[in-house]
Amino acid sequence: MDLASLTASELAQWLCRGEIGAEEVTRAFVARVKQYEPAVGAFLTFDPEKALEQAAEVDRRRREGKPVGPLAGLPVAIKDNICTTDWKTTCASKILANFRPPFDATVVCRLRAGDAVLVGKTNMDEFAMGGSTELSAFKVTRNPWDLSRVPGGSSGGAAAAVAAGMVPLSVGSDTGGSIRQPAALCGVTGLKPTYGRVSRFGLVAFASSLDQIGPLARTAEDVALLLEVLAGHDPLDATSANREVPPYRELIQQPLPTIRLGLLVDQLGEGVDTDVAQAIREAVKVFANLGVEVKEVRLLHHRLAVACYYIIATSEASSNLARYDGVHYGYRCDEHRMEEQLAEERRRWAEKGPSSVAEEPDPPMVRLYRKTRAEGFGAEVKRRIMLGTYALSAGYYEAYYLHAAKVRRLIREEYDRTFQEVSALIGPVTPTGAFAIGEKIQDPLAMYLFDAFTVGANLAGIAAVSIPCGQTREGLPVGLHLQGPPFAEPLLLQLAYWFQRETDWHRRRPTLPAPDKPAL
Amino acid sequence: MAITPEEVRKVAYLARLLLSEDEIAEMAAQLSRILEYMEILRGVDASHVEPMAHPLELTNVFREDRVAPSLPREEALKNAPKHDGECYLVPAVLGPA
Repeated sequence: MDLASLTASELAQWLCRGEIGAEEVTRAFVARVKQYEPAVGAFLTFDPEKALEQAAEVDRRRREGKPVGPLAGLPVAIKDNICTTDWKTTCASKILANFRPPFDATVVCRLRAGDAVLVGKTNMDEFAMGGSTELSAFKVTRNPWDLSRVPGGSSGGAAAAVAAGMVPLSVGSDTGGSIRQPAALCGVTGLKPTYGRVSRFGLVAFASSLDQIGPLARTAEDVALLLEVLAGHDPLDATSANREVPPYRELIQQPLPTIRLGLLVDQLGEGVDTDVAQAIREAVKVFANLGVEVKEVRLLHHRLAVACYYIIATSEASSNLARYDGVHYGYRCDEHRMEEQLAEERRRWAEKGPSSVAEEPDPPMVRLYRKTRAEGFGAEVKRRIMLGTYALSAGYYEAYYLHAAKVRRLIREEYDRTFQEVSALIGPVTPTGAFAIGEKIQDPLAMYLFDAFTVGANLAGIAAVSIPCGQTREGLPVGLHLQGPPFAEPLLLQLAYWFQRETDWHRRRPTLPAPDKPAL
Repeated sequence: MAITPEEVRKVAYLARLLLSEDEIAEMAAQLSRILEYMEILRGVDASHVEPMAHPLELTNVFREDRVAPSLPREEALKNAPKHDGECYLVPAVLGPA
């Protein structure tokens, strides 16, 4: 029996009935990681010893007849921008390469309280800025369906780990599609909960009005299982919603109500791979067979979403990332070399006047900040800090940031109006399947435009889920995007659950090449 | 909307980044291209729309003002690149003597 091929809900049942133990389950997944991690590269930290300790503790408690949590014995991986006291939290950035947080994020405390087996930290684009996980300062993660392609991003490690069967559950973060897009490209199920549904205390901030933590897993049922543990009010996060957490797993298995869905037809035309469009149209038929009415709709403001998003997200990022100063924590440049360089610049400035150096030498403290940040951040992070600083700077603030904030309201209002007519929206998550490693790395704008279908949900703060619904001619997974009003997680996951009862896309597994050497 | 190398230099200073001359040239070209794409927003009349800074539009969240344990100094300094056990250490703040 290949335990690593089971879903989290199936494993939970077996564990609950005592047919298998948590240690046995953990060992099966650890073996899988050891086997395929060299090819896939999903993890930045992998800690089998600590995982097995937690599993043994769960088994002991079960043997003694003590109560255990809903995730008892299930291995979970955590994206490396979520703070853990056990392991470094690097955000895949050189500037946090050695950062060991002094506290656990609230979601990590909740996972521990739910008796999850935490196995390690997954790779991502640096500071969650990117859509391919190529922008990690440490390693490239490969798509398990085709190792020459990206897994998507920024939660690329989280999605690849689930797709490769290395963990049944993982936790990511989504600022503009960073859970849904890699879930789509790796053929797994991923949810961006409503803004406020899950506490962000201990999530390293990228864009605070957009960031949200959420679950990735094989099935909607597994996502619901994990969401029940992650969601809930947290006094440590002032933006977390003080609202009851519904029993998602139970609710999603109820028969579908009589509802109408809106098909985003503008996302099936120009610029969208015909195989992707075809897979979405097939998905519409599945819903029609389930008795769901589907009507074509258009979101006219959606064409503005990418521009609006990249002004707002970079503005917030430029402010949030000001904290990396080489003083409080993280990387600091070589001070001695910095002082020498500065002395040399000052000497030239004094001797030959302003024309000898491009700008007046900084005071030492300012230069420490600038050199630390120049050396610690990667190119994309710098680009976004620059764009955001520009958009917020005197003379440009109104034209860029303020105007984008107004357009953001237009986008939200259009969603609100649309949700008067339809209960949820369906469309593709991405315009194409996974692209090749290196394909878009030289073209930041092309990378941004790949987010066209996902950023709207973050701007509006609504719930959205990605589920596997087909394959392209190259055999790459296609993701179906379901978006609903704030706190519509039960409906979205219910639609996903019934879709997955009728289809088997979520059950398909990539064929990973046999490793050259036996497991270490 | 083109952004000049001079503007890039100024923004890099505001952002506390240090860019080489090559990076400045590359950044000017890339940002210009991105800002040109942002022009898509220009055609939208949003003059009468209230800006939306946040999806929740909270006014304020209060809590009791109670003394509670906080991070011990040792823990707070643990990740600092340079400290003396009590304070963070930094270069001279007031510029060259």
